Amino acid sequence: MGNWVVNHWFSVLFLATWLGLNVFLFVHAFLSYEKADKYYYTREILGFCRRTLRKQLDHNLTFHKLVAYMICLHTAIHIIAHLFNFEHYSRSRQATDGSLASILSTLSHQEKGEGSWLNPIQSPNMTVEYVTFTSIAGLTGVIITIALVLMVTSAMEFIRRSYFEVFWYTHHIFIIYFIGLGIHGTGGIVRGQTEESLNESHPHRCAESFKHWDDHDSHCKHPRFEGLPAESWKWILAPGVLYIFERILRFYRSQQKVVITKVVMHPSKVLELQMNKRGFSMEVGQYIFVNCPSISYLEWHPFTLTSAPEEDFFSIHIRAAGDWTENLIRAFERQQSQIPRIEVDGPFGTVSEDVFQYEVAVLVGAGIGVTPFASILKSIWYKFQRADHNLKTQTIYFYWICRETGAFAWFNDLLASLEREMEELGKVDFLNYRLFLTGWDSNIAGHAALNFDKATDILTGLKQKTSFGRPMWDNEFSTIANAHPRSVVGVFLCGPQTLAKSLSKRCHQYSSLDPRKVQFYFNKENF
Amino acid sequence: MGQIEWAMWANEQALASGLILIMGGIVATAGQFTKWYFGVYSIGAGVFVCLLEYPRGKRRKGSTMERCGQKYMTKVLKVFGPLTRNYYIRAFLHLGLSVPAGFLLATILGTACLAIASSIYLLAAVRGEQWIPIEPKPKERPQVGATIKHPPSNPPPRPPAEARKKPSEEEAAGAVGVSGGPQENPVPVIDEVV
Repeated sequence: MGNWVVNHWFSVLFLATWLGLNVFLFVHAFLSYEKADKYYYTREILGFCRRTLRKQLDHNLTFHKLVAYMICLHTAIHIIAHLFNFEHYSRSRQATDGSLASILSTLSHQEKGEGSWLNPIQSPNMTVEYVTFTSIAGLTGVIITIALVLMVTSAMEFIRRSYFEVFWYTHHIFIIYFIGLGIHGTGGIVRGQTEESLNESHPHRCAESFKHWDDHDSHCKHPRFEGLPAESWKWILAPGVLYIFERILRFYRSQQKVVITKVVMHPSKVLELQMNKRGFSMEVGQYIFVNCPSISYLEWHPFTLTSAPEEDFFSIHIRAAGDWTENLIRAFERQQSQIPRIEVDGPFGTVSEDVFQYEVAVLVGAGIGVTPFASILKSIWYKFQRADHNLKTQTIYFYWICRETGAFAWFNDLLASLEREMEELGKVDFLNYRLFLTGWDSNIAGHAALNFDKATDILTGLKQKTSFGRPMWDNEFSTIANAHPRSVVGVFLCGPQTLAKSLSKRCHQYSSLDPRKVQFYFNKENF
Repeated sequence: MGQIEWAMWANEQALASGLILIMGGIVATAGQFTKWYFGVYSIGAGVFVCLLEYPRGKRRKGSTMERCGQKYMTKVLKVFGPLTRNYYIRAFLHLGLSVPAGFLLATILGTACLAIASSIYLLAAVRGEQWIPIEPKPKERPQVGATIKHPPSNPPPRPPAEARKKPSEEEAAGAVGVSGGPQENPVPVIDEVV
């Protein structure tokens, strides 16, 4: 528990502040409607009503989802509250007992032109459904709630992972949502007494004598009401502008020409594209969004850059994992004279940039998740070549976990040259890597057993032997903790969620509570 | 978008609509709104829709994630055969169920959402999709360990003939339970099936 707090205190603080702010705003608005004088008559006619709060989109997906859940929760509260309101309005309208509520409901009729009404239901025969669909607030409310429901159902994890296009295109309904939300309050259905009317006939004085408001000699006149102005646009405006600006920027960047300098087809259906773009500069482990108009105009897919910043091109390795990627690979396989045009947006940063900030770095890549680390290792090679000794990193432990041998192929050369490099420089213990083959069978195992005493590994040709099965993290972490008792160790993972949980648990377990001793920090990236 | 299975999304949408119907129905009934009996209907319809939609169908390609505890409802749905398999029936059923809830404001949202789910199901039906139940996988026999592949088919290697005792001397020594025949085991062999 102590370790968890140390690792996550910032997120917790941020979330607590945000939630606290939400709660404060909610309570503040609630109390305002509950207590303020200008809503005295409104309260008479209704119960109390509440207001929807929502914050805006952020880059962080988790925060986005949290905001979405809040929106859904508040939408539900908002709708339920207004349902009750409309029901009470309707009852007040139909009340014939001469009570305050019924008098207030009839207010509009004399001064309809001035719009000084309180009850939106204008006649006893009007149903709430009619009012809903003929008022701005009601109509926009229904439309945007349907949009919200569609967005949420298409964004469920199962749909998103299996049929990304459905999610992506449906999610663009948010445009309707936010426009509707801005318009939603413009009808001024929620009304309070005007300032002027409050001075003239304050409810504390006049509410009791409502039967005599019509009398000429009474001090109290009919109260006058005005609708609240729409306020949601104030919340939406700034973030909306930011978002529009970002989309424009993205469009502008995508229009710049991308030159494909080399296309390599690797085994196991992995496509490597080496490209050039004017003014493009990157850091290790960053990613870009790629669009191929001949496959789909609107789809942008993220790919980690596998080249190092020191190279004069940038490259990505794409594995066939769905409609779009399969179409792309097929398009390049056809080897036509006219290769498909590619648009690129980015690069965008991820945590891999932090690798060189840690004295000891533990890099774990599962399958194709090794790509950000390909970039890092290449960068290390270049830095060593140029004798850049400003790296803070002293030791790197690299774990690559893979199911089949075919996927090793394109990474082999890199690891082989790194092996040679380290030997030449005499820094053999800078880079320690272990390769794990999880999809082994008895054939491979038998082969490995037979070739046990060979110097190089039979599968990869590397000096470091391939291990079979999954790594035993407890052993690995305790070895590292013992080897570096006073260091700060950064653990970086690009892989599945289960592995993330397992590693994160070990990080907490093996971090010592004493901040001067070994500390493991877990950094995860996942698309 | 060639490989979309619309039924999967329709299923999520219908499940959400069921929940919305239930919520709207509860609000209307608890608040005793006018025409609150539509609210009662809405709760019933919502529960029915949720139960019908809870078990996820099997995807045609790839593995399907089951919802927690869906195997009970899967069994019930399988009993109805073509009624639950066919998406045309589901589409019209949902459309029909959604209509009465449209008469009450509290449940009208449920109507709209269920109608949308119905149209997505119609699209799925037109494209020939069907509801296939997710069968529980037969439990594999637990393996003892990866190193033990098969029990040995040959007897263990025998010591060379010189070292073997003569059969007459063995009998004289009082060995128990030695049966004559091509194979003489010094110790009785007990077969253990794991």
